[in-house]
Amino acid sequence: MTTPLVTEQAIQVVYLIASGLFILSLKWLSSPATARHGVWAGELGMLLAIAGTLLYRGIVDYTWIAIALVLGTIIGVPLGRVQMTAVPQRTALSHAFGALCVGLVGTAEFYLRTPRIPPFMMAVLSAEVILGSLTFTGSLMAAGKLQEILPQRPITYKGQNIVNISLLAIAVAVAAYLVIHPDSTRLFPLMVVIPLLFGVLMIVPIGGADMPTVISLLNSYAGLSAAAMGFVLDSKLLIIAGALDGSSGFILSVIMSKAMNRSFTNVLFGAFGQVQAAAAAAQEARTVRSATAEEAAAILAASNAVVIVPGYGMAVAQAQHKVRELFDTLTKRGVNVTFGIHPVAGRMPGHMNVLLAEADIPYDKLLDMDAINPDFPQTDVVLIIGANDVTNPAARKDSTSPIYGMPILDVDKARTVMVIKRSMSPGFAGIDNELYYLDKTLMLFGDARAFVGDIVRQLSGDGHA
Amino acid sequence: MSDLTTSLYVFMLAAFIGFEVIRRVSPLLHTPLMSLTNALDAIAVVGAIILVGERKSDLATVLGTIAIVAATSNLVGGFIITDRMLKMFKSSKPKKP
Repeated sequence: MTTPLVTEQAIQVVYLIASGLFILSLKWLSSPATARHGVWAGELGMLLAIAGTLLYRGIVDYTWIAIALVLGTIIGVPLGRVQMTAVPQRTALSHAFGALCVGLVGTAEFYLRTPRIPPFMMAVLSAEVILGSLTFTGSLMAAGKLQEILPQRPITYKGQNIVNISLLAIAVAVAAYLVIHPDSTRLFPLMVVIPLLFGVLMIVPIGGADMPTVISLLNSYAGLSAAAMGFVLDSKLLIIAGALDGSSGFILSVIMSKAMNRSFTNVLFGAFGQVQAAAAAAQEARTVRSATAEEAAAILAASNAVVIVPGYGMAVAQAQHKVRELFDTLTKRGVNVTFGIHPVAGRMPGHMNVLLAEADIPYDKLLDMDAINPDFPQTDVVLIIGANDVTNPAARKDSTSPIYGMPILDVDKARTVMVIKRSMSPGFAGIDNELYYLDKTLMLFGDARAFVGDIVRQLSGDGHA
Repeated sequence: MSDLTTSLYVFMLAAFIGFEVIRRVSPLLHTPLMSLTNALDAIAVVGAIILVGERKSDLATVLGTIAIVAATSNLVGGFIITDRMLKMFKSSKPKKP
């Protein structure tokens, strides 16, 4: 055995190296070319930190640590192997697990340290426990909604915001009391239970289209609670990891809210449901032009530039592999095919990119909103698969529309627009899409996967026969 | 007190680094970004390990053990899925720079 002091210092150095590796890990993630190095750096940092911690001389018993590490690995491996379409709910579940860990450690630390807890320490401990608890149940609810175990429609009732805000206020008041009286062990459970309840109620009014923002926000909370835990345990490594996670979640939430032209408070307390009721008002019977797969194939074959706009509907129909076949067929014929991806397409940030990458579509063909919008006037055909509100020109023109001001993909500037859709029913926000009534728009009614498959068959049929 | 001040400085600087680094992450990779930061967040396991190892109370051991399980599953699952996703992102340009 080395002398305790040397080991102690060695552990601190290992933590320092791990912190550096974590930052590098995120830096390398900035480009797809170096991204996998980022994962390796993260893994190495994690391995070092855990190995270093196991050498800590305060540890007297390894039994439960070993059991828990093995058990966690057994649970973790299948969670890492889920289908790509299940990534949003898996992510929500992992936010829940992260928050659970933080909340439990915070609770244990309180009972170990009470009644001698300095005010600042008690304040961060409270932040840790409150954020951990509400993120835990909130993320479980989000995962349940995404997995469709729970109803996806937002559930709203009168006075909902007042109930929620009062609950949070009570939790904060309990925390404040505990800061002054850290010996009130009987009050502490309230500070766990109330945020647990708040987490559930917070997600009840959230609908599917708001999920990208909410998942990002929960990500941020999970990070901040971990940083608070770092303060409690005086672990700089944990503070750094938590701060990185917290800022990442925060940036993503900002990007998502901007992409929906809404504020955080609006997402958390506004519940799109209320807007919907107002929106679904005027709907006169207007005529649309529809087309068959054969006609669609002929138009696509005759074009030079095609932009495909995917949405959540593509994920639901599992159409991404058929879309790849279409991409291949058209590319072989010399058609330039790119993808236009709205930041909030799907159920979490970057959802569409992952699905299309899984289907082997090269990432340099996946363009985000700002990159693709200038291309639409030079585009022959836009093919919309399962996207709706993010293509609605009302967001640009109609100041009475609930989505007015939301940045959209300017698909209406292309020469021809084709929309694959099951029926004429309005999208998530319950808003009629005037795009469908334009003269240049062709509606392709049917299941996304089947319809794209039909187009591909038509294209390859007349191509070589 | 000086420890806390240092911690606050560390937090502030790390948050700034986080903002600057993560702002540069391409929107292409926002899903892997979230799963990677989640895996890194599982470093909380370190705190749970010490809590369990010190055996200060039965409550701490029980809660800590559950905490290790939760964090480890995030850590293992998070890295596996992030790597799986990143492997799928291929360029149409044939060669590497």
